[in-house]
Amino acid sequence: MKIFVCIKQVPDTNEVKLNPETGTLIRDGVPSIINPDDLCGIEAALSIKDQCGAHVSVITMGPPQADVALREALAMGCDEAFLVSDRVFGGADTWATSKTLAGALQMLGYDLIITGRQAIDGDTAQVGPQIAEHLGIPQVTYAEEITMEPGQDAMVVKRQYEDRYQMIKIKLPALVTVLSSLNTPRYMSVGGVVGAYDDKAVRVLTYEDIQDFVAQKDIGLKGSPTRVKKSFTKTAKAKGTLHEVPDDDAVRIIIDKLKEKYVL
Amino acid sequence: MGKDILVFCEQRDGVLQKVSLELIGKGRELADNQGGGLVALLLGSGIAGLAQTLINHGADHVIYVDDAILADYMTEPYTKAAAAVIKDTNPDIVLIGATSIGRDLAPRIAARIETGLTADCTSLVIDEETGEFWMTRPAFGGNIMATIICPEHRPQMATVRPGVMVALDEKPRTGEINKFHVKFDVADANVEILQTVMATKKTKDITEAKVLVSGGRGVGKSENFAPLKELADLLGGQISASRASVDAGYAEKDRQVGQTGKTVRPDVYFACGISGAIQHVAGMEESELIIAINKNPEAPIFEVADVGIVGDMHKILPKLVAQLRRGGL
Amino acid sequence: MDFSLSKKHILLQELFRKFAVNEVKPIAAEVDEKEEFPYATAEKLAKYGFLGIPYPHEFGGGAADNLAYAMCVEEISKVCGATGVIVSAHTSLCAEPIYENGTSYQKEKYLTKLASGQWIGAFALTEAGAGTDAAMQQTTAVADGDNYILNGTKIFITNAEAAHVYIIIAMTDKSKGTRGCSAFIVEKDMPGFSVGKQEKKMGIRGSATCELIMEDCIVPKANLLGKEGQGFKIAMKTLDGGRIGIASQALGIAQGAIDITVDYVKERKQFGRRISQFQNTQFQLADMQTTVDAARLLTYRAAFLKDRGENYSKHAAMAKLFASEAASDITRRCLQLHGGYGYIREYAIERMMRDAKITEIYEGTSEVQKMVIAASMGVN
Repeated sequence: MKIFVCIKQVPDTNEVKLNPETGTLIRDGVPSIINPDDLCGIEAALSIKDQCGAHVSVITMGPPQADVALREALAMGCDEAFLVSDRVFGGADTWATSKTLAGALQMLGYDLIITGRQAIDGDTAQVGPQIAEHLGIPQVTYAEEITMEPGQDAMVVKRQYEDRYQMIKIKLPALVTVLSSLNTPRYMSVGGVVGAYDDKAVRVLTYEDIQDFVAQKDIGLKGSPTRVKKSFTKTAKAKGTLHEVPDDDAVRIIIDKLKEKYVL
Repeated sequence: MGKDILVFCEQRDGVLQKVSLELIGKGRELADNQGGGLVALLLGSGIAGLAQTLINHGADHVIYVDDAILADYMTEPYTKAAAAVIKDTNPDIVLIGATSIGRDLAPRIAARIETGLTADCTSLVIDEETGEFWMTRPAFGGNIMATIICPEHRPQMATVRPGVMVALDEKPRTGEINKFHVKFDVADANVEILQTVMATKKTKDITEAKVLVSGGRGVGKSENFAPLKELADLLGGQISASRASVDAGYAEKDRQVGQTGKTVRPDVYFACGISGAIQHVAGMEESELIIAINKNPEAPIFEVADVGIVGDMHKILPKLVAQLRRGGL
Repeated sequence: MDFSLSKKHILLQELFRKFAVNEVKPIAAEVDEKEEFPYATAEKLAKYGFLGIPYPHEFGGGAADNLAYAMCVEEISKVCGATGVIVSAHTSLCAEPIYENGTSYQKEKYLTKLASGQWIGAFALTEAGAGTDAAMQQTTAVADGDNYILNGTKIFITNAEAAHVYIIIAMTDKSKGTRGCSAFIVEKDMPGFSVGKQEKKMGIRGSATCELIMEDCIVPKANLLGKEGQGFKIAMKTLDGGRIGIASQALGIAQGAIDITVDYVKERKQFGRRISQFQNTQFQLADMQTTVDAARLLTYRAAFLKDRGENYSKHAAMAKLFASEAASDITRRCLQLHGGYGYIREYAIERMMRDAKITEIYEGTSEVQKMVIAASMGVN
């Protein structure tokens, strides 16, 4: 069984701070990490490998610096790593990213594709389902448990909703997006890190390598239907207000504030 | 190119989701803005009866697909039906609620009909100057807002965060209701739902909660955590505690916030009866919205609070809970 | 000169850091409070390959190097000095002499278990009357057919209670002084071997420091490490390597102390300002960080030389001397910056101050390090 895990290298958004004077993002010194949901995807693939045997590959689209994210995946126990990287892929939105990755995956061949539910920098949760659509395979998103069927031709997935969960049987080939509550990712191991650099390689795929599987019109900025018009930081936190009022007024103040912040 | 706005109206078990009505409200505004119609798309089995509700909330036209295969949400049949209706009606804009169903369905539809999609929007406007549809969403862990456009592909698609847009009041209106026929075949049911269990997901880990209701020494005793718990449950959050109340045995150690507990940054942090010692503040000051309730107007917690309430938590919290319940939540 | 770490080392450092923060830090205070060896942590250390970092795959090791090992002890010691020394004593003082001096039988039987972390190891040289003056060994080993019979008592043995196997130095020929010492690989279950009382210590309270008692302890001749008479040499060389581990431990404790103090001074307000805004705080921390960086360079240099197969005895002594004195000084100053809170067990700094002191004492006191360094300079 060939499992592919799609991962993304992201800035650790928990470490991002705003400059209180300028209101701009301080990105210096913010570490790059494997997107947390994707780490759980790697763990899901590796535990399937532990239980029933599988060849686990990890793939990402990104700049050359994403190499370290793939090495980390190798150090956790993945067997092969692919870095889809080319200047012409730059500026891709979720459409172009999913087209590109789908092309690479089609070329490489797969039985099961696992992605994290969403990335912490973009939070779109779109690339996984769109890869599945481009490849014409079924998907289950928001997976909280995955159990491989004995014949290894299907899985039962616990799919989480806001108000319910479902047990869903899905035949392979298929794509699953996983929640971080699915598992606790294992650490790399010392031997794994050494092996990731000394014994294993990260294979770089450029557009030339996958051109038979994805059209030029579908990649990079030119292949992206959406554009970022502008981005801005939220207005800096105003100084708090202190209220010494009757209880009923206090309740109304709290509720108004919760509404303003979309909590209600 | 059409000028219509199409809203996918999610229902579960024959009940319209709140976000659907919110999007109808927003869709009405957008449609009036650009002189188009507002089309509501309804998918399911035996759901025709919901159509008039959508009209009454502001839709001009309801298109529904009624088929047994659509009884429970499944990605492929829903994608197939929605894509067919969209192709047929040729709308300018498609809006879908960013629920766990909407976020499964929308990307699949966008990929199928070959257009762009913007996820989890919190603001949608048609820019007066350019006529562009500006879809604004938080990114980077909520640290920045990004405005996205989709200049050349139609329809322009967005999923919208529940609770952001405002539904219009229901009033008797007339509109067109049409059944749309989609031909399904057996292969469309490409997954099998073995079991459905109604249950809300509980996050135990306080660092993952979006809302934290935290109690300090001022709580007084373990039983007094009850209204905090109620408030947390109502808001889909968790209770947490200061070191003082953990040490006093009011709360478990794994709920402790602070330098020697956990560092949290939820969307909302309620500090109830917490004085705001440095060791506590260090663990929560990055929270998006801090609401503090304390009897002592000099309490240091008010220095970091966005909303400070000088008062007795034992009186205010039950009132707040009661008010929220009345709000129909 | 190239001071940059390889990509491999950077990723290893990240692994050590993550593990330390998630697995070691949360229980560090409890390990100290209860004075219990963290067995569960030891199992996790084994699982991820932290107990055989520099040894080849064929022996179950991670096939990394001594620099990686030093970084591991450093990162763990940043959050828990006791767990740091558990790794250090196991690796440097037990696995290492077997790797360096063991027969293929000994490596097969013991190194594989140690490097994979199935077994914990310890090392026993110190006796009641033989501390810094290590030549005054009273423990004896007498050949008897296929065995040696060992008699004597070792004290202050790190990992003693948890270990499965020990390197024990004993006299095979008292008339020859240090040249009459031999080293033995002794298993916990060998007849006549027992672990005595656990010491109550000031710091590193989770490291299970005990006596070892040998009463007509029967050790097979196949377990003689090196040749008869080489014991003292093996012990001294082992301690050279051990000093890299202790320097790393001291370095970690010092850096850990600075890290939590930096967080603290940015939060704590006095006189209406965060105490980080006072120049005294700034200058103190600047001084301390400079010292720790110097300690790190000395420590990494010693590990680097060992990896290159060069003589590193003097360099390890310098690293250990400097880093351990820095750790004691810095933890004390960091506690002072914490003020009254620093003296309370709620905060980690008082534990770090207690943990730091031992690094100036064990595996050769600071005075012994100075003797080694002076001798290397020809000043004797």
